Amino acid sequence: MGRALERGARRGRADPAVNTSAAAATEPLHEPALALHVEDLTVAYHGKPVLWDIDVNIPPGVMAAVVGPNGAGKSTLLKAVLGLVPRTAGHVTIHGAPYRQRRRQVAYVPQRTAVDWDFPTTALDVVIMGRYGHLGWFRRPGRAERERALAALDAMGIRDLADRQISQLSGGQQQRVFLARALVQEADLYLLDEPMAGVDAPTERAIVALLQGLRDAGKTLLVVHHDLQTVSDYFDWLVLLNVRVIAQGPVEKVYTAEHLRRTYGGQVALLQREPRNGALGAETAPRVEA
Amino acid sequence: MPLAVWLADHTIQNVVAGAVLLGLVSGVLGSFAVLRQQSLLGDTLAHAALPGICLGFLLAGSRELGVLAGGALLTATLAALAVQALVRFSRLKTDAALGSVLSLFFAVGVVLLTFIQGRADAAQGGLESFLFGQAAATLRSDLWLMGGVTAMALFLVTLFWKELKLVTFDPLFAASVGYPVALLETGLTALIALAVVVGLQMVGVVLMAAMVIAPPVAARQWTRRLEPMVALAGLFGVAAGVSGALISATTPGLATGPLVVLAASAIVLASLLLAPERGLLWEALKRRRDRRALADERLLATLYGLARRHHDPRYPAEQGMLDAYHGVGTRRVLARLAGLGMVRRVVHMPNEGAHWELTEAGQRRARADLSRAEAD
Amino acid sequence: MLATLLADPGLVIVTTGMLVGTASSLLGAFLILRRNSMLADAISHSIVLGIVLVWLLTRQQSGAVQLLGAALAGIATVALTELLTRTRKVKDDAAIGLVFPALFALGVLLLNLYARDVHVDQHTVLLGEIGFVWLRTMPILGHEVPQALVWLGLVTTINASFVFLLFKELKLATFDPALAHALGFAPAALSYALLVLTSVTAVASFEAVGVVLFVAFVIVPPAAAYLLTDRLERMILLGIAVALASSWLGYLAAVALDVSIGGMMAVVTGLFLLAAFLAGPRYGLIARLVRQRHQRLHDECLALAVHLLTAENQGEHPRKPLTDGLAWTDARATRVLAECRRHGLVRDDAAGLALTAKGRGAARALLEPWRVEPG
Repeated sequence: MGRALERGARRGRADPAVNTSAAAATEPLHEPALALHVEDLTVAYHGKPVLWDIDVNIPPGVMAAVVGPNGAGKSTLLKAVLGLVPRTAGHVTIHGAPYRQRRRQVAYVPQRTAVDWDFPTTALDVVIMGRYGHLGWFRRPGRAERERALAALDAMGIRDLADRQISQLSGGQQQRVFLARALVQEADLYLLDEPMAGVDAPTERAIVALLQGLRDAGKTLLVVHHDLQTVSDYFDWLVLLNVRVIAQGPVEKVYTAEHLRRTYGGQVALLQREPRNGALGAETAPRVEA
Repeated sequence: MPLAVWLADHTIQNVVAGAVLLGLVSGVLGSFAVLRQQSLLGDTLAHAALPGICLGFLLAGSRELGVLAGGALLTATLAALAVQALVRFSRLKTDAALGSVLSLFFAVGVVLLTFIQGRADAAQGGLESFLFGQAAATLRSDLWLMGGVTAMALFLVTLFWKELKLVTFDPLFAASVGYPVALLETGLTALIALAVVVGLQMVGVVLMAAMVIAPPVAARQWTRRLEPMVALAGLFGVAAGVSGALISATTPGLATGPLVVLAASAIVLASLLLAPERGLLWEALKRRRDRRALADERLLATLYGLARRHHDPRYPAEQGMLDAYHGVGTRRVLARLAGLGMVRRVVHMPNEGAHWELTEAGQRRARADLSRAEAD
Repeated sequence: MLATLLADPGLVIVTTGMLVGTASSLLGAFLILRRNSMLADAISHSIVLGIVLVWLLTRQQSGAVQLLGAALAGIATVALTELLTRTRKVKDDAAIGLVFPALFALGVLLLNLYARDVHVDQHTVLLGEIGFVWLRTMPILGHEVPQALVWLGLVTTINASFVFLLFKELKLATFDPALAHALGFAPAALSYALLVLTSVTAVASFEAVGVVLFVAFVIVPPAAAYLLTDRLERMILLGIAVALASSWLGYLAAVALDVSIGGMMAVVTGLFLLAAFLAGPRYGLIARLVRQRHQRLHDECLALAVHLLTAENQGEHPRKPLTDGLAWTDARATRVLAECRRHGLVRDDAAGLALTAKGRGAARALLEPWRVEPG
């Protein structure tokens, strides 16, 4: 600490307490052991704080849920990782390097409502768009991209809908198309914003199976999730967020009544159901009131 | 006038060529504007071209289309920036920003127009034709300019096709894979300004909005993919442009702009009604077909159920009872099914009115419907 | 006094402009807040078809029949737009852009074909002739009063009474149509009434200023006012003030430069909008940029305070240099530190940077608002 102070003091006008670290600039990798490392992140929109000084660390190969009440900054966290919203402070690294250098290793699934589904395009076409980032400027998608996209549609169980106009798909099918698009990005880190919102039960099962398959293949997933009841069934890692990180870690350690109460404040009622993993006191497993 | 002579006419040739260029460029670029829900931006940019035309005239001292178009491009782009600034940096919403910029730039144009007229130059006579367009005044040199602008715009759209498509469909995702979204969106707006410039001579500044909106809306009806939609929009634009311009050029006293716009509107109307799948007529027919199929299915199921309950595959059911069962008159449905050979009218108890039984085909169909319903 | 007014063409022109501006701004305030500005643009174009059709049927160039025709044209525009939107094949902005050019084109074509000698030629339709309004007069109380003044006076009175009498209902229907409906205020009917009055105002105004400049009078003064105030009442009054001032200044400028009077009046409303946009006390660009800059620094200070509090809660000083964890540049970190020190949020102790009691309070208030004692 003291040495850092001195180093800062030598740099002319800089305030000594700034603690300028010359080493940081040349250091090639930052926390390379983590799939996603968010440090001291603050995001403020129009003067309103959305995220306050949060640290998020996701080890590789886990399927992590981001859970918190409305307005907790869940979507903002994903957007801040992707550099889609300006950061007031803090930094983000993916496998040790900033997002700019890791772009092709990251796949992003926005909320389904983010696009106009009456756009004149087919399911296959949307999935091919997942390859655009890899193609770079000017190059057109060809046979190889088409094959990959068809395979991804197959993996989502909707290959027969490839030529369907996207407005004619059900909500669950649209979500599967979005996931197929993420699949063809062939990423290491998947960021998904509410992929299970408003989909039917079979689709939810298919999505979970796919995501777990990706995890088992060594990929890392960060999923904004809204249903507390299924958290411990689906996920193995949990980030509880409400403007700041309340708790994070393996689900069985983090999914406790105390943590959930602190995340949701007074909005949590007691749940009768017996919890599955024993991390909760039998009678105190909370749920969010609808 | 014989067709051959007519087509050999230089004016006609120019008019047709100009209309083709205009239709092509506005249809193609308008597609992106309509899909990005910025249809009315074209209206604002077109009105904002007026002061540019006047400035160009003041600069060149004559009705030199190249200079006028340059001025138009400049003020149209300025207007786009003004709209963007008002929306981003003030509390005005898009509609108020568009309306303010449209009317204010046009007002500056009107002031400049009267300023030019006040200088009593003989050469100013042509400027007001830019309000509604005057296809017959198109010169060969104008065509070169319009052709050049069109070629450039189409080249850029082809070159950046993939990028423009993604930014139009899903800007958030586009940003996440590293596309410069703001730059691409600004580029699209600038291209629409180019389309407006091509349209000055043919439709004029007041009605140009329709050329950016109508062909894409019509084209959207006929296809489910962006590539054919853009091509078709170009084609519809050409059709509207050529028909309107020809009528105007051959009928003295009719401004070109209104004719082209009415032709484009007619295409939209036809497309909204008639296009397969998305057409309103098509949808109404489909709804009727579905309604009928459902009525058929339900009636067959009723007959089949009765037959099963009575262990008689050809159990005769009374029509009045079927009416009561379905709560509506079943006579028409039964007649239709009889026509299809699914049911047969039988005389059972002559005093009690018509009776109906299932045919072999009817039983097969009812069984098939039933097992499909169970599978679902 | 009336005689002096009527004897002076300049005064008649300015009065005409002021009436157009007042009548329009009264409605424009609501149109802007309802996000219907472009519907005003559409209506003002479509009334041309109404005017031409009424003229072809009745040979009346102005008067009550024309106002009725305009009202019908306005309703047709809105109804057709809604019809198109309801098919769900066309988005609402595209629907507007399909309907009004078609109706306007039809109107202009009919003018070209049948009505070349009437005063409603396409030049007037588009640009207006405010300079000539005092030429066409009608006798009232023994005075020859310009027709435009009579009709505009009437329309202004109608609009003012509409807004004054139904102010509460309009306000509610604008901000919360669902609640207005639940309370039985018929927001849909109010909305149509507003748009019909817009059409009527447009037809009374177009001879003076033309259909495009009319849009400027409807939208720009209330838009400028909207950037200056939060109160609806003030917004309407300020809009009218802008319209009145613009008419007068626009007239003076137009006469001095010998250019279109209506055009110049509209341009001056634009100058008011520009001034409000740049220098408005609260929503102006300059105020906003200053505030944003200040806000950013403020946010950064709080970010630092929270950062230090987090470290404190973990029983340590910040582990890493600020430029590293917070990813701030030297200059930025220096600026933030200076600001924090100025507000007494941080201090230096032996081990490095630490929170003051005030800084700790500020950070706690953000993170744990429930723990802060009230008062």
